Amino acid sequence: MLSDTDLGAIWLTLRLATTVTLLLLVLGTPLALWLARTRSIFKGPVSALVALPLVLPPTVLGFYLLIFMGPSGPMGKFTEALGLGTLPFTFWGLVVASLLYSLPFVVQPIQNAIEAQGPRPGEVAATLRSGPWDSFWHVTLPLAKPGLLTAAVLGFAHTVGEFGVVLMIGGNIPGETRVVSVQIYDHVEALEYTQAHWLSAAMIVFSFAVLLLLYLLQQRKSAVGLRYGS
Amino acid sequence: MRIGFRCCHGFIRRQTELLSLTPLALLLGTFAMLTTLSARGDETTIAVASNFTAPMQAMVNQFEAQSAHRVKVAFGSSGKFFAQINHGAPFDAFFSADAEKPARLIAQGLAEKTSLRTYAEGKLVLWSRRDGFVDDQGLVLKSGQFHKLALANPKLAPYGAAAIEVLQHLKLAQSTRSQWVQGENISQTYQFVASGNADLGLIALSQVMRDGKITEGSAWLVPDSFYGPIRQDAVILKRGRENPALLAFWLFVKSPAAQATIRRYGYNTGASSGPLKATEGGDTDAE
Repeated sequence: MLSDTDLGAIWLTLRLATTVTLLLLVLGTPLALWLARTRSIFKGPVSALVALPLVLPPTVLGFYLLIFMGPSGPMGKFTEALGLGTLPFTFWGLVVASLLYSLPFVVQPIQNAIEAQGPRPGEVAATLRSGPWDSFWHVTLPLAKPGLLTAAVLGFAHTVGEFGVVLMIGGNIPGETRVVSVQIYDHVEALEYTQAHWLSAAMIVFSFAVLLLLYLLQQRKSAVGLRYGS
Repeated sequence: MRIGFRCCHGFIRRQTELLSLTPLALLLGTFAMLTTLSARGDETTIAVASNFTAPMQAMVNQFEAQSAHRVKVAFGSSGKFFAQINHGAPFDAFFSADAEKPARLIAQGLAEKTSLRTYAEGKLVLWSRRDGFVDDQGLVLKSGQFHKLALANPKLAPYGAAAIEVLQHLKLAQSTRSQWVQGENISQTYQFVASGNADLGLIALSQVMRDGKITEGSAWLVPDSFYGPIRQDAVILKRGRENPALLAFWLFVKSPAAQATIRRYGYNTGASSGPLKATEGGDTDAE
Protein backbone atom coordinates (compact mmCIF):
# COMPACT_ATOMS: atom_id res chain seq x y z
CA MET A 1 0.00 0.00 0.00
CA LEU A 2 1.17 3.53 0.67
CA SER A 3 4.55 3.92 2.33
CA ASP A 4 5.62 6.69 4.72
CA THR A 5 7.31 8.61 1.92
CA ASP A 6 4.10 8.32 -0.15
CA LEU A 7 2.07 9.70 2.75
CA GLY A 8 4.65 12.46 3.22
CA ALA A 9 4.29 13.38 -0.44
CA ILE A 10 0.48 13.45 -0.15
CA TRP A 11 0.62 15.67 2.93
CA LEU A 12 3.08 18.04 1.26
CA THR A 13 0.89 18.21 -1.86
CA LEU A 14 -2.20 19.11 0.18
CA ARG A 15 -0.23 21.74 2.09
CA LEU A 16 1.06 23.25 -1.15
CA ALA A 17 -2.36 23.24 -2.84
CA THR A 18 -4.05 24.83 0.19
CA THR A 19 -1.43 27.59 0.48
CA VAL A 20 -1.58 28.32 -3.23
CA THR A 21 -5.39 28.35 -3.35
CA LEU A 22 -5.70 30.77 -0.42
CA LEU A 23 -3.05 33.10 -1.84
CA LEU A 24 -4.60 32.96 -5.30
CA LEU A 25 -8.06 33.85 -3.99
CA VAL A 26 -6.60 36.87 -2.22
CA LEU A 27 -4.42 37.98 -5.16
CA GLY A 28 -6.65 36.79 -8.00
CA THR A 29 -9.90 38.44 -6.91
CA PRO A 30 -8.72 42.07 -7.30
CA LEU A 31 -7.13 41.13 -10.63
CA ALA A 32 -10.35 39.50 -11.79
CA LEU A 33 -12.36 42.51 -10.63
CA TRP A 34 -10.10 44.86 -12.55
CA LEU A 35 -10.24 42.69 -15.68
CA ALA A 36 -14.03 42.50 -15.47
CA ARG A 37 -14.56 46.24 -15.05
CA THR A 38 -11.71 47.96 -16.86
CA ARG A 39 -11.83 49.62 -20.27
CA SER A 40 -8.06 50.14 -20.24
CA ILE A 41 -6.00 49.27 -23.31
CA PHE A 42 -4.04 46.93 -21.03
CA LYS A 43 -7.01 44.61 -20.60
CA GLY A 44 -6.05 42.58 -23.66
CA PRO A 45 -2.35 42.12 -22.82
CA VAL A 46 -3.06 41.38 -19.14
CA SER A 47 -5.76 38.82 -20.03
CA ALA A 48 -3.32 37.17 -22.42
CA LEU A 49 -0.60 37.06 -19.74
CA VAL A 50 -3.01 35.53 -17.22
CA ALA A 51 -4.08 32.86 -19.73
CA LEU A 52 -0.51 32.07 -20.83
CA PRO A 53 0.04 29.15 -18.41
CA LEU A 54 -2.97 27.40 -20.02
CA VAL A 55 -1.09 27.24 -23.29
CA LEU A 56 2.58 26.89 -22.32
CA PRO A 57 4.04 23.47 -21.62
CA PRO A 58 4.83 23.37 -17.87
CA THR A 59 8.45 22.60 -18.72
CA VAL A 60 8.76 26.01 -20.41
CA LEU A 61 7.46 27.72 -17.30
CA GLY A 62 9.68 25.58 -15.07
CA PHE A 63 12.77 26.17 -17.18
CA TYR A 64 12.35 29.94 -17.14
CA LEU A 65 11.51 29.97 -13.45
CA LEU A 66 14.70 28.02 -12.74
CA ILE A 67 16.70 30.70 -14.53
CA PHE A 68 14.59 33.64 -13.31
CA MET A 69 14.67 32.59 -9.64
CA GLY A 70 18.28 31.33 -9.79
CA PRO A 71 21.25 33.34 -8.48
CA SER A 72 21.83 35.02 -11.87
CA GLY A 73 18.14 35.74 -12.49
CA PRO A 74 16.42 39.03 -11.55
CA MET A 75 14.16 37.45 -8.95
CA GLY A 76 17.03 35.39 -7.53
CA LYS A 77 19.12 38.54 -7.12
CA PHE A 78 16.18 40.24 -5.42
CA THR A 79 15.50 37.40 -2.95
CA GLU A 80 19.23 37.10 -2.22
CA ALA A 81 19.43 40.84 -1.55
CA LEU A 82 16.59 40.40 0.93
CA GLY A 83 18.66 37.68 2.63
CA LEU A 84 16.15 34.96 1.73
CA GLY A 85 18.48 32.96 -0.52
CA THR A 86 17.16 31.65 -3.82
CA LEU A 87 13.75 30.06 -4.29
CA PRO A 88 14.37 26.89 -6.34
CA PHE A 89 14.43 23.68 -4.27
CA THR A 90 12.24 25.23 -1.55
CA PHE A 91 8.58 24.92 -0.60
CA TRP A 92 8.05 28.63 -1.19
CA GLY A 93 9.68 28.33 -4.60
CA LEU A 94 6.99 25.79 -5.47
CA VAL A 95 4.35 28.14 -4.08
CA VAL A 96 5.52 30.99 -6.33
CA ALA A 97 5.65 28.68 -9.35
CA SER A 98 2.19 27.28 -8.63
CA LEU A 99 0.76 30.79 -8.22
CA LEU A 100 1.71 31.48 -11.82
CA TYR A 101 0.77 28.05 -13.06
CA SER A 102 -2.73 27.98 -11.54
CA LEU A 103 -3.48 31.69 -12.00
CA PRO A 104 -5.87 31.40 -15.00
CA PHE A 105 -7.87 28.69 -13.25
CA VAL A 106 -8.66 31.10 -10.43
CA VAL A 107 -8.88 34.46 -12.20
CA GLN A 108 -11.07 33.43 -15.11
CA PRO A 109 -14.04 31.96 -13.19
CA ILE A 110 -14.12 34.96 -10.83
CA GLN A 111 -13.86 37.37 -13.76
CA ASN A 112 -16.70 35.57 -15.56
CA ALA A 113 -18.87 35.68 -12.47
CA ILE A 114 -18.31 39.43 -12.02
CA GLU A 115 -18.83 40.18 -15.70
CA ALA A 116 -22.09 38.21 -15.66
CA GLN A 117 -23.49 40.50 -12.94
CA GLY A 118 -23.35 43.47 -15.26
CA PRO A 119 -23.19 47.05 -13.96
CA ARG A 120 -26.72 47.08 -12.57
CA PRO A 121 -26.22 45.68 -9.01
CA GLY A 122 -23.39 48.14 -8.48
CA GLU A 123 -25.50 51.04 -9.74
CA VAL A 124 -28.40 50.09 -7.52
CA ALA A 125 -26.06 49.88 -4.53
CA ALA A 126 -24.66 53.32 -5.42
CA THR A 127 -28.16 54.88 -5.44
CA LEU A 128 -28.54 53.46 -1.94
CA ARG A 129 -25.40 55.41 -0.95
CA SER A 130 -23.12 52.42 -0.90
CA GLY A 131 -19.44 53.30 -1.51
CA PRO A 132 -17.24 51.24 -3.85
CA TRP A 133 -15.64 49.32 -0.96
CA ASP A 134 -18.98 48.58 0.68
CA SER A 135 -20.49 47.63 -2.66
CA PHE A 136 -17.58 45.26 -3.39
CA TRP A 137 -17.92 43.41 -0.08
CA HIS A 138 -21.70 43.32 0.16
CA VAL A 139 -22.85 43.17 -3.45
CA THR A 140 -20.17 42.05 -5.91
CA LEU A 141 -18.49 39.34 -3.83
CA PRO A 142 -21.66 37.62 -2.56
CA LEU A 143 -23.05 37.57 -6.09
CA ALA A 144 -19.77 36.12 -7.37
CA LYS A 145 -19.74 33.36 -4.75
CA PRO A 146 -20.34 30.52 -7.22
CA GLY A 147 -17.44 31.78 -9.33
CA LEU A 148 -15.20 32.01 -6.27
CA LEU A 149 -16.10 28.45 -5.35
CA THR A 150 -15.29 27.19 -8.84
CA ALA A 151 -12.03 29.14 -8.75
CA ALA A 152 -11.02 27.62 -5.42
CA VAL A 153 -11.79 24.07 -6.49
CA LEU A 154 -10.05 24.37 -9.85
CA GLY A 155 -7.03 26.18 -8.40
CA PHE A 156 -6.64 23.53 -5.73
CA ALA A 157 -7.11 20.59 -8.08
CA HIS A 158 -4.79 22.02 -10.70
CA THR A 159 -2.02 22.60 -8.16
CA VAL A 160 -2.38 19.01 -6.94
CA GLY A 161 -1.95 17.80 -10.51
CA GLU A 162 1.12 19.93 -11.23
CA PHE A 163 4.15 18.02 -12.39
CA GLY A 164 6.32 19.59 -15.07
CA VAL A 165 7.09 22.78 -13.18
CA VAL A 166 7.86 20.98 -9.91
CA LEU A 167 10.14 18.59 -11.73
CA MET A 168 12.13 21.48 -13.15
CA ILE A 169 12.60 23.53 -9.97
CA GLY A 170 11.88 21.07 -7.14
CA GLY A 171 15.05 19.05 -6.60
CA ASN A 172 13.03 16.16 -5.13
CA ILE A 173 13.59 17.01 -1.44
CA PRO A 174 11.38 14.94 0.91
CA GLY A 175 8.95 17.08 2.89
CA GLU A 176 9.94 20.18 0.93
CA THR A 177 9.45 19.66 -2.79
CA ARG A 178 8.68 15.96 -3.34
CA VAL A 179 4.98 16.13 -4.22
CA VAL A 180 2.70 13.24 -5.21
CA SER A 181 3.10 13.60 -8.97
CA VAL A 182 6.89 13.49 -8.66
CA GLN A 183 6.67 10.52 -6.28
CA ILE A 184 4.57 8.63 -8.86
CA TYR A 185 7.09 9.48 -11.56
CA ASP A 186 9.88 8.15 -9.32
CA HIS A 187 8.01 4.90 -8.73
CA VAL A 188 7.43 4.39 -12.45
CA GLU A 189 11.03 5.21 -13.33
CA ALA A 190 12.30 2.83 -10.64
CA LEU A 191 9.99 0.13 -12.08
CA GLU A 192 8.05 0.01 -8.77
CA TYR A 193 4.79 -0.38 -10.62
CA THR A 194 2.75 -1.59 -7.60
CA GLN A 195 3.39 1.56 -5.57
CA ALA A 196 2.86 3.65 -8.70
CA HIS A 197 -0.54 2.00 -9.13
CA TRP A 198 -1.59 2.71 -5.55
CA LEU A 199 -0.66 6.36 -5.67
CA SER A 200 -2.05 6.85 -9.16
CA ALA A 201 -5.34 5.23 -8.19
CA ALA A 202 -5.52 7.51 -5.16
CA MET A 203 -4.97 10.51 -7.45
CA ILE A 204 -7.74 9.41 -9.82
CA VAL A 205 -10.21 8.86 -6.98
CA PHE A 206 -9.29 12.22 -5.46
CA SER A 207 -9.56 14.15 -8.74
CA PHE A 208 -12.87 12.49 -9.58
CA ALA A 209 -14.26 13.31 -6.15
CA VAL A 210 -13.24 16.97 -6.46
CA LEU A 211 -14.74 17.37 -9.91
CA LEU A 212 -17.90 15.49 -8.91
CA LEU A 213 -18.30 17.86 -5.97
CA LEU A 214 -17.91 20.80 -8.33
CA TYR A 215 -20.55 19.57 -10.75
CA LEU A 216 -22.98 18.63 -7.97
CA LEU A 217 -22.68 22.18 -6.62
CA GLN A 218 -23.25 23.47 -10.13
CA GLN A 219 -26.47 21.54 -10.45
CA ARG A 220 -27.74 22.79 -7.14
CA LYS A 221 -27.34 26.43 -8.00
CA SER A 222 -27.14 26.86 -11.73
CA ALA A 223 -25.85 30.38 -11.46
CA VAL A 224 -23.93 31.92 -14.31
CA GLY A 225 -20.20 31.80 -13.80
CA LEU A 226 -20.32 28.28 -12.50
CA ARG A 227 -20.41 26.86 -15.98
CA TYR A 228 -16.65 26.79 -16.14
CA GLY A 229 -15.31 23.75 -17.88
CA SER A 230 -18.70 22.22 -18.64
CA MET B 1 -7.04 10.55 -63.26
CA ARG B 2 -10.05 11.03 -65.46
CA ILE B 3 -8.18 13.24 -67.90
CA GLY B 4 -7.75 10.65 -70.63
CA PHE B 5 -11.46 10.00 -70.86
CA ARG B 6 -12.64 13.56 -70.62
CA CYS B 7 -11.07 14.88 -73.78
CA CYS B 8 -14.19 16.67 -74.94
CA HIS B 9 -14.50 18.97 -71.96
CA GLY B 10 -13.12 22.48 -72.20
CA PHE B 11 -9.48 23.35 -71.95
CA ILE B 12 -10.00 25.17 -68.67
CA ARG B 13 -11.55 22.16 -67.06
CA ARG B 14 -8.58 20.04 -68.06
CA GLN B 15 -6.27 22.66 -66.70
CA THR B 16 -7.93 22.59 -63.30
CA GLU B 17 -7.91 18.83 -63.24
CA LEU B 18 -4.24 18.89 -64.02
CA LEU B 19 -3.69 21.38 -61.27
CA SER B 20 -5.61 19.29 -58.79
CA LEU B 21 -3.34 16.42 -59.67
CA THR B 22 -0.19 18.31 -58.74
CA PRO B 23 -0.27 17.39 -55.02
CA LEU B 24 -0.79 13.77 -55.97
CA ALA B 25 2.13 13.91 -58.35
CA LEU B 26 4.28 15.44 -55.63
CA LEU B 27 3.23 12.73 -53.24
CA LEU B 28 4.03 10.04 -55.77
CA GLY B 29 7.35 11.69 -56.46
CA THR B 30 8.26 11.74 -52.78
CA PHE B 31 7.15 8.15 -52.45
CA ALA B 32 9.32 7.17 -55.40
CA MET B 33 12.28 8.95 -53.82
CA LEU B 34 11.69 7.21 -50.53
CA THR B 35 11.50 3.82 -52.19
CA THR B 36 14.71 4.40 -54.12
CA LEU B 37 16.36 5.37 -50.84
CA SER B 38 15.22 2.19 -49.18
CA ALA B 39 16.34 0.26 -52.22
CA ARG B 40 19.87 1.45 -51.47
CA GLY B 41 19.73 1.09 -47.71
CA ASP B 42 17.48 0.12 -44.86
CA GLU B 43 16.35 2.04 -41.87
CA THR B 44 16.56 1.25 -38.19
CA THR B 45 15.11 2.90 -35.11
CA ILE B 46 16.99 2.69 -31.84
CA ALA B 47 16.31 3.89 -28.30
CA VAL B 48 19.19 5.64 -26.56
CA ALA B 49 19.58 6.90 -23.00
CA SER B 50 19.57 10.68 -23.06
CA ASN B 51 22.97 11.01 -21.32
CA PHE B 52 24.48 9.47 -24.46
CA THR B 53 22.84 11.95 -26.87
CA ALA B 54 25.92 13.84 -28.05
CA PRO B 55 28.22 10.88 -28.80
CA MET B 56 25.35 8.94 -30.40
CA GLN B 57 24.54 11.81 -32.73
CA ALA B 58 28.20 12.06 -33.69
CA MET B 59 28.37 8.31 -34.31
CA VAL B 60 25.18 8.28 -36.39
CA ASN B 61 26.58 11.10 -38.53
CA GLN B 62 29.82 9.19 -39.00
CA PHE B 63 27.91 6.04 -39.86
CA GLU B 64 25.50 7.64 -42.30
CA ALA B 65 28.36 9.36 -44.10
CA GLN B 66 29.80 5.99 -45.04
CA SER B 67 26.68 3.86 -45.36
CA ALA B 68 23.41 3.87 -47.30
CA HIS B 69 21.56 2.76 -44.18
CA ARG B 70 19.70 5.26 -42.05
CA VAL B 71 19.52 5.32 -38.25
CA LYS B 72 16.64 7.01 -36.47
CA VAL B 73 17.36 7.67 -32.80
CA ALA B 74 14.89 8.24 -29.97
CA PHE B 75 16.56 9.82 -26.94
CA GLY B 76 14.93 9.51 -23.53
CA SER B 77 15.04 8.02 -20.08
CA SER B 78 15.97 4.35 -19.82
CA GLY B 79 13.12 3.67 -17.40
CA LYS B 80 10.55 4.95 -19.88
CA PHE B 81 12.11 3.07 -22.79
CA PHE B 82 12.08 -0.08 -20.67
CA ALA B 83 8.34 0.30 -20.04
CA GLN B 84 7.68 1.14 -23.68
CA ILE B 85 9.67 -1.83 -25.02
CA ASN B 86 7.64 -4.01 -22.66
CA HIS B 87 4.56 -2.70 -24.41
CA GLY B 88 5.71 -3.25 -27.96
CA ALA B 89 7.58 -0.05 -28.81
CA PRO B 90 9.07 -0.28 -32.33
CA PHE B 91 12.78 -0.17 -31.45
CA ASP B 92 15.45 -2.40 -32.95
CA ALA B 93 18.05 -1.85 -30.23
CA PHE B 94 18.26 -0.29 -26.79
CA PHE B 95 21.26 1.65 -25.48
CA SER B 96 20.48 1.87 -21.78
CA ALA B 97 22.04 4.11 -19.14
CA ASP B 98 22.52 1.11 -16.86
CA ALA B 99 23.20 -2.62 -16.94
CA GLU B 100 20.03 -3.69 -15.15
CA LYS B 101 17.38 -2.88 -17.73
CA PRO B 102 18.97 -4.67 -20.71
CA ALA B 103 19.48 -7.72 -18.48
CA ARG B 104 15.81 -7.67 -17.51
CA LEU B 105 14.72 -7.39 -21.13
CA ILE B 106 16.78 -10.49 -21.89
CA ALA B 107 15.21 -12.32 -18.96
CA GLN B 108 11.79 -11.39 -20.32
CA GLY B 109 12.67 -12.74 -23.74
CA LEU B 110 12.42 -9.34 -25.43
CA ALA B 111 16.11 -8.95 -26.27
CA GLU B 112 18.87 -11.08 -27.78
CA LYS B 113 21.02 -12.54 -25.03
CA THR B 114 24.12 -12.89 -27.20
CA SER B 115 24.04 -9.25 -28.25
CA LEU B 116 24.45 -7.82 -24.73
CA ARG B 117 27.52 -5.60 -24.43
CA THR B 118 28.84 -2.68 -22.44
CA TYR B 119 29.11 0.13 -24.98
CA ALA B 120 30.36 2.80 -22.59
CA GLU B 121 31.36 3.35 -18.99
CA GLY B 122 30.36 6.62 -17.41
CA LYS B 123 32.76 8.77 -15.38
CA LEU B 124 31.70 11.00 -12.53
CA VAL B 125 32.93 14.56 -12.12
CA LEU B 126 32.42 17.16 -9.40
CA TRP B 127 31.61 20.30 -11.35
CA SER B 128 30.82 23.96 -10.76
CA ARG B 129 30.15 26.53 -13.44
CA ARG B 130 32.32 28.98 -11.50
CA ASP B 131 36.01 29.05 -12.38
CA GLY B 132 38.29 27.98 -9.53
CA PHE B 133 35.43 26.92 -7.25
CA VAL B 134 36.31 23.24 -7.46
CA ASP B 135 39.95 22.37 -6.72
CA ASP B 136 41.66 19.38 -8.34
CA GLN B 137 41.43 17.32 -5.13
CA GLY B 138 37.72 17.86 -4.52
CA LEU B 139 38.50 19.41 -1.11
CA VAL B 140 35.62 21.86 -1.54
CA LEU B 141 33.28 18.96 -0.69
CA LYS B 142 34.96 18.47 2.70
CA SER B 143 35.12 22.19 3.40
CA GLY B 144 31.34 22.43 3.28
CA GLN B 145 31.72 25.92 1.76
CA PHE B 146 28.75 25.57 -0.60
CA HIS B 147 24.97 25.87 -0.44
CA LYS B 148 23.62 23.09 -2.61
CA LEU B 149 25.13 19.92 -4.02
CA ALA B 150 23.22 18.51 -6.99
CA LEU B 151 23.19 14.80 -7.68
CA ALA B 152 20.95 12.49 -9.67
CA ASN B 153 18.25 10.56 -7.83
CA PRO B 154 20.17 7.44 -6.68
CA LYS B 155 17.03 5.33 -6.94
CA LEU B 156 16.60 6.12 -10.63
CA ALA B 157 19.95 7.00 -12.11
CA PRO B 158 23.19 4.99 -12.00
CA TYR B 159 25.11 8.29 -11.81
CA GLY B 160 23.12 9.10 -8.67
CA ALA B 161 23.96 5.77 -7.08
CA ALA B 162 27.63 6.33 -7.94
CA ALA B 163 27.49 9.83 -6.44
CA ILE B 164 26.24 8.35 -3.16
CA GLU B 165 29.11 5.82 -3.25
CA VAL B 166 31.59 8.68 -3.66
CA LEU B 167 30.11 10.61 -0.74
CA GLN B 168 30.16 7.47 1.40
CA HIS B 169 33.75 6.80 0.40
CA LEU B 170 34.65 10.34 1.51
CA LYS B 171 32.54 9.86 4.69
CA LEU B 172 30.51 12.91 3.74
CA ALA B 173 27.14 11.28 3.02
CA GLN B 174 25.65 12.24 6.39
CA SER B 175 27.13 15.71 6.78
CA THR B 176 26.17 16.93 3.31
CA ARG B 177 22.72 15.32 3.13
CA SER B 178 20.85 18.51 4.00
CA GLN B 179 22.53 20.25 1.05
CA TRP B 180 21.51 17.70 -1.59
CA VAL B 181 19.17 18.52 -4.39
CA GLN B 182 18.24 15.65 -6.64
CA GLY B 183 17.59 15.70 -10.36
CA GLU B 184 15.30 13.05 -11.81
CA ASN B 185 18.08 12.18 -14.21
CA ILE B 186 21.62 13.28 -14.88
CA SER B 187 20.54 15.89 -17.49
CA GLN B 188 18.37 17.66 -14.97
CA THR B 189 21.15 17.49 -12.39
CA TYR B 190 23.45 19.21 -14.86
CA GLN B 191 20.76 21.85 -15.45
CA PHE B 192 20.64 22.65 -11.72
CA VAL B 193 24.37 23.32 -11.66
CA ALA B 194 24.57 25.02 -15.07
CA SER B 195 21.84 27.49 -14.09
CA GLY B 196 23.77 28.30 -10.90
CA ASN B 197 20.98 27.12 -8.62
CA ALA B 198 23.35 24.56 -7.14
CA ASP B 199 27.00 25.60 -6.61
CA LEU B 200 28.23 22.06 -7.06
CA GLY B 201 27.10 18.90 -8.74
CA LEU B 202 28.24 15.31 -9.15
CA ILE B 203 27.47 14.88 -12.82
CA ALA B 204 28.61 12.88 -15.83
CA LEU B 205 31.96 13.85 -17.28
CA SER B 206 30.38 13.52 -20.73
CA GLN B 207 28.16 16.50 -19.98
CA VAL B 208 31.01 18.96 -19.56
CA MET B 209 33.65 17.44 -21.80
CA ARG B 210 34.20 18.12 -25.48
CA ASP B 211 37.26 16.87 -27.32
CA GLY B 212 38.99 15.85 -24.13
CA LYS B 213 38.61 19.20 -22.32
CA ILE B 214 36.25 20.61 -19.71
CA THR B 215 34.16 23.20 -21.56
CA GLU B 216 33.63 25.71 -18.75
CA GLY B 217 33.79 26.21 -15.00
CA SER B 218 35.92 24.07 -12.70
CA ALA B 219 35.90 20.34 -12.13
CA TRP B 220 37.41 17.46 -10.19
CA LEU B 221 37.48 14.12 -11.97
CA VAL B 222 36.48 11.68 -9.24
CA PRO B 223 38.94 8.73 -9.11
CA ASP B 224 37.49 5.50 -10.54
CA SER B 225 38.26 3.69 -7.27
CA PHE B 226 35.71 5.80 -5.33
CA TYR B 227 32.72 4.19 -7.05
CA GLY B 228 31.72 1.03 -8.88
CA PRO B 229 31.76 1.18 -12.68
CA ILE B 230 28.79 2.96 -14.27
CA ARG B 231 28.21 0.40 -16.98
CA GLN B 232 25.95 1.36 -19.85
CA ASP B 233 24.78 -1.74 -21.68
CA ALA B 234 23.11 -2.17 -25.04
CA VAL B 235 21.08 -5.03 -26.49
CA ILE B 236 19.52 -5.89 -29.83
CA LEU B 237 15.78 -6.28 -29.41
CA LYS B 238 13.77 -9.10 -30.95
CA ARG B 239 12.40 -7.04 -33.82
CA GLY B 240 15.84 -5.78 -34.80
CA ARG B 241 17.77 -9.02 -35.10
CA GLU B 242 17.29 -9.32 -38.87
CA ASN B 243 17.38 -5.64 -39.78
CA PRO B 244 20.47 -5.13 -41.99
CA ALA B 245 20.65 -1.43 -41.10
CA LEU B 246 20.78 -2.21 -37.40
CA LEU B 247 23.32 -4.99 -37.75
CA ALA B 248 25.58 -2.70 -39.80
CA PHE B 249 25.27 0.07 -37.24
CA TRP B 250 25.89 -2.38 -34.40
CA LEU B 251 29.17 -3.41 -36.01
CA PHE B 252 30.08 0.23 -36.59
CA VAL B 253 29.60 1.09 -32.89
CA LYS B 254 32.28 -1.50 -32.07
CA SER B 255 34.72 -0.07 -34.63
CA PRO B 256 37.83 1.84 -33.48
CA ALA B 257 36.51 5.07 -35.05
CA ALA B 258 33.29 4.88 -33.05
CA GLN B 259 35.14 3.89 -29.87
CA ALA B 260 37.34 6.95 -30.25
CA THR B 261 34.24 9.14 -30.57
CA ILE B 262 32.77 7.65 -27.39
CA ARG B 263 35.98 8.38 -25.47
CA ARG B 264 36.16 11.92 -26.83
CA TYR B 265 32.83 12.57 -25.11
CA GLY B 266 34.10 11.55 -21.69
CA TYR B 267 33.25 7.85 -21.48
CA ASN B 268 35.48 4.87 -21.01
CA THR B 269 35.27 2.10 -23.56
CA GLY B 270 36.60 -1.43 -23.62
CA ALA B 271 39.65 -0.25 -25.57
CA SER B 272 40.65 2.49 -23.14
CA SER B 273 40.15 0.74 -19.83
CA GLY B 274 41.30 -2.71 -20.78
CA PRO B 275 38.84 -5.27 -22.08
CA LEU B 276 35.55 -4.96 -20.25
CA LYS B 277 34.36 -8.10 -18.62
CA ALA B 278 32.01 -9.89 -20.99
CA THR B 279 28.63 -10.04 -19.33
CA GLU B 280 27.36 -13.56 -19.07
CA GLY B 281 26.80 -15.01 -22.51
CA GLY B 282 28.04 -11.80 -24.08
CA ASP B 283 30.09 -11.58 -27.23
CA THR B 284 31.67 -8.30 -26.26
CA ASP B 285 33.98 -6.90 -28.86
CA ALA B 286 34.45 -10.30 -30.42
CA GLU B 287 35.11 -9.20 -33.95
